[in-house]
Amino acid sequence: MTSIILLSFFGVLNLFIGFANSKKSLLPLALLFLAVVFGVNLFSWNDPQSYFNNMLTIDNYAVAFTGIMVLTTLLLVPFSQRYVDDRDDNLAEFYSLLLFSLVGAVMMVSYENMLMLFVGIEILSIAMYVLAGSDKKSLRSNEAALKYFLMGAFFTGILLFGIVLIYGATGTFNLAEIGAASAATDGVMSAMFLLGLLMVIIGISFKISAAPFHFWAPDVYEGAPTFFTAFMSTVVKTAGVAAFFKLMAAAFAASYATWFPTLVAITTLTLVVGNIGAVVQTSVKRMLAYSSISHAGYLLMALVAFNEHSDSSILFYSLAYSTATVAAFGILNMVKTQRGGEIYEAFNGLGRTNPLLAFVMTVSMCSLAGIPLTAGFFAKFFVFAAVLQDTNMVWLVVVAVILAAVGIYYYFRVVIAMYMHPAENLPRLEVSSFSTFVLIFITVLTILLGIAPALVSDII
Amino acid sequence: MTTALLLFWPAFAALIVLLLKGQAARTVAFVASLIEFALVLFALAGFNTASGSTQMALSFPWVESAGIGFTIGMDGISLLMVLLTTFLVPLIILSSFKHEYKSPNAFYALILFMQTGLIGVFVALDAFLFYFFWELALIPVYFIAAIWGGARRIPVTFKFFVYTIFGSLFMLAAFVYLYLQTPGSHSSEIFAFYNLNLSSESQSWIFWFLFIAFAIKMPVFPFHTWQPDTYTESPTQATMLLSGIMLKMGIYGVLRWLLPVVPLGVSQWAGLVLVLAIIGIVYASFIAIRQRDLKRLIAYSSIAHVGLIAAGIFTLNEQGLQGGVIQMLSHGINVVGLFFIIDIIFSRTNTREITSLGGITQTTPALSICFMILMLGSIALPLTNGFVGEFLLLSGVFQYNGWFGAAAGLTIILGAVYMLRMFQGVMFGPKSAATEVFADLTMNEKAVLIPLVIMVFWIGLFPNTFLSISEPAVGNLLNIIRR
Repeated sequence: MTSIILLSFFGVLNLFIGFANSKKSLLPLALLFLAVVFGVNLFSWNDPQSYFNNMLTIDNYAVAFTGIMVLTTLLLVPFSQRYVDDRDDNLAEFYSLLLFSLVGAVMMVSYENMLMLFVGIEILSIAMYVLAGSDKKSLRSNEAALKYFLMGAFFTGILLFGIVLIYGATGTFNLAEIGAASAATDGVMSAMFLLGLLMVIIGISFKISAAPFHFWAPDVYEGAPTFFTAFMSTVVKTAGVAAFFKLMAAAFAASYATWFPTLVAITTLTLVVGNIGAVVQTSVKRMLAYSSISHAGYLLMALVAFNEHSDSSILFYSLAYSTATVAAFGILNMVKTQRGGEIYEAFNGLGRTNPLLAFVMTVSMCSLAGIPLTAGFFAKFFVFAAVLQDTNMVWLVVVAVILAAVGIYYYFRVVIAMYMHPAENLPRLEVSSFSTFVLIFITVLTILLGIAPALVSDII
Repeated sequence: MTTALLLFWPAFAALIVLLLKGQAARTVAFVASLIEFALVLFALAGFNTASGSTQMALSFPWVESAGIGFTIGMDGISLLMVLLTTFLVPLIILSSFKHEYKSPNAFYALILFMQTGLIGVFVALDAFLFYFFWELALIPVYFIAAIWGGARRIPVTFKFFVYTIFGSLFMLAAFVYLYLQTPGSHSSEIFAFYNLNLSSESQSWIFWFLFIAFAIKMPVFPFHTWQPDTYTESPTQATMLLSGIMLKMGIYGVLRWLLPVVPLGVSQWAGLVLVLAIIGIVYASFIAIRQRDLKRLIAYSSIAHVGLIAAGIFTLNEQGLQGGVIQMLSHGINVVGLFFIIDIIFSRTNTREITSLGGITQTTPALSICFMILMLGSIALPLTNGFVGEFLLLSGVFQYNGWFGAAAGLTIILGAVYMLRMFQGVMFGPKSAATEVFADLTMNEKAVLIPLVIMVFWIGLFPNTFLSISEPAVGNLLNIIRR
């Protein structure tokens, strides 16, 4: 709860600091705010509290996911520097909106009531609609914002419709009460309940860009400024999947048999669309957009496994995926601004011009691909292990394994460009010492979790 | 403790090598690999060869929540594989001294990193640890081949990389499944896997999950398509590492993680695997006869030889398994020697085409003798190392099925055809423009080839030195399979 209050307060504070026209202080302040929130959040560990007549519960699940999301933002913000330097106005709004959207994300992982879920998603999304279009002079950015907003509003409507139908069927918004009501029906659900459930699933699937509700993602991810693409594909996705699992576990565990086939179909389709889509891309940014769809698929695998390992698998996967993605987008952002392109060839010869960046990128690509010695390997390992608890689901793991091998193909194209193609007049990248520090931190974290995953995998 | 030292010494040395500048890297790498070999000899001295069980074991928990333990140890089979690895790596490093590779520190560090991966595969007694080292061995050799390789290296090595990872992911899925079948609080130790008693249906599909990974690595027909291109495009040292040691990972994987873990699955599918292996032998031999490029020829001959090893070990009798183990050593020695000789020829003539070579024997007595011995070892002439292995393997296959034995026996005849044809074309006849001036072996080249030639005769004349080390372990393995 303190993290929600603090984030909101800091967001408003940031706006006021913006009036003071001290452009230089905004980035360090944003970092400081996030660090404070990260620290304060940890105090709620092992101290579950309920707020607002049981609308929100800050338990270990909420604290762990809040921690990951704040950490991800903290690691991401330093890469905004160059982006910010090029802009002359609205800087304070930029950081404030980021903090506000985090408020929504925190609510999404700590809600106990469907209305809170809706409010959380809206707070998160409205900030994101604005941020996606924050590059005002770019046509692509405007297109991205409009697409995201229209689609987002439409699917939020579906989600709300679903919530209302479930309220109609059970008479409550509270997750535990919905769970009890649906358990009492002995598996025979009313049509209203089923329709509501389906609409809620569709609404959330849109938010995490799961197929077949992913069609907006590649365009929006490509059009939005890289910094927000990174934010959308890490924090927003983590919040979405964590909210999804919490919803299913708390409210719809009794109707498992009903939604299970639907979600398995969504998961399989997401894996296929994400991985196959990424293969044919020529732009690294678009490849990462599709890769983010595919990772939504792996995260959903942990959800459909639906057993005691699901939450910790989702947690570990989110952390491994988010850190590696932040590094990848951060480096992509530097490549784009300094070499003027986002295609694979723009990475040529990076292994010679910037050995450190190339190494960090390689580790991140290996982590996303799930190669051992990186966090991504254990992330996939835990997900596969969770699914294989049910022997009938071996086929899903087979599909995922084949598509993971496909994933190696497109991730390693970046590595090949960096190490095996000459730079040919492409410049050496200038990297601020702060970004370097963050990149090294991410690499160390990725390898550390690849050697000792127990540091995180067992905490919830 | 000895095992852990063996495992981590190359990785530690690699870190040091990485920090060095210029050609000091290769000297340090060579010395480090010699120290590693000395460590293995030390381990061999303390090894009880009469026992078939695991020795020098070390075990502590690693990722407790996932039941992953850091469990390592060696039995006779592991020890022979470690011996082969540590014997070949110094020679492979030494063989690179005639080349000036760019960024030598990275090149030699990667070789040493790979050595850790390879030894890890041979000593791991925990399924996930095994998988871990299995992938760890792949990544360095991929970079060696893709950075220092030939003109078409990028697409070729990429295919190799994706292909092998594709296979090993199936192995990972199978391991996770097996792990979840272990009773109580699960365990991924190999002995827990040996005691699973799964139904024959599940063993049937697990067999394929594991077999695909191992078959791609070996490679067995029809999973071999990455191999000739990769061997041809890689720098010689990477080719030696791949053919001399890495393909043994696949065979070792079958021995350690396939046959005893899913014996019912093996008995269902062994016949099919034998048929595939024998098709591979004949097919690869015929293609080898038609090759003009020396490196491709040896690459295809390697498929044929590995096919025979695969056929032998899937017969599940003692001759087949023992033959497989000894032939892994022999093949490693012969193929590394042959690839090195091709490298020598290429470095002097700039060609690997058989038709543009010839008459080399006239000026090179030392090279001719070494080449001849290694070639005859590869053909499996009696008194050479190849004979012992192929004889045991063929007698194993004959016990399984006479017709299979007859078909597999073609390997010796066809092997003689392509090897002698190659030798004749390259070494005899009139001198060609490319071979007009051809110097004999330098000291450095002799230093690589003489130990290999000695080993050809050692295994050929006194195979019991090695067979006796693996015999109790193979017996132990058969007991587990036949339970």
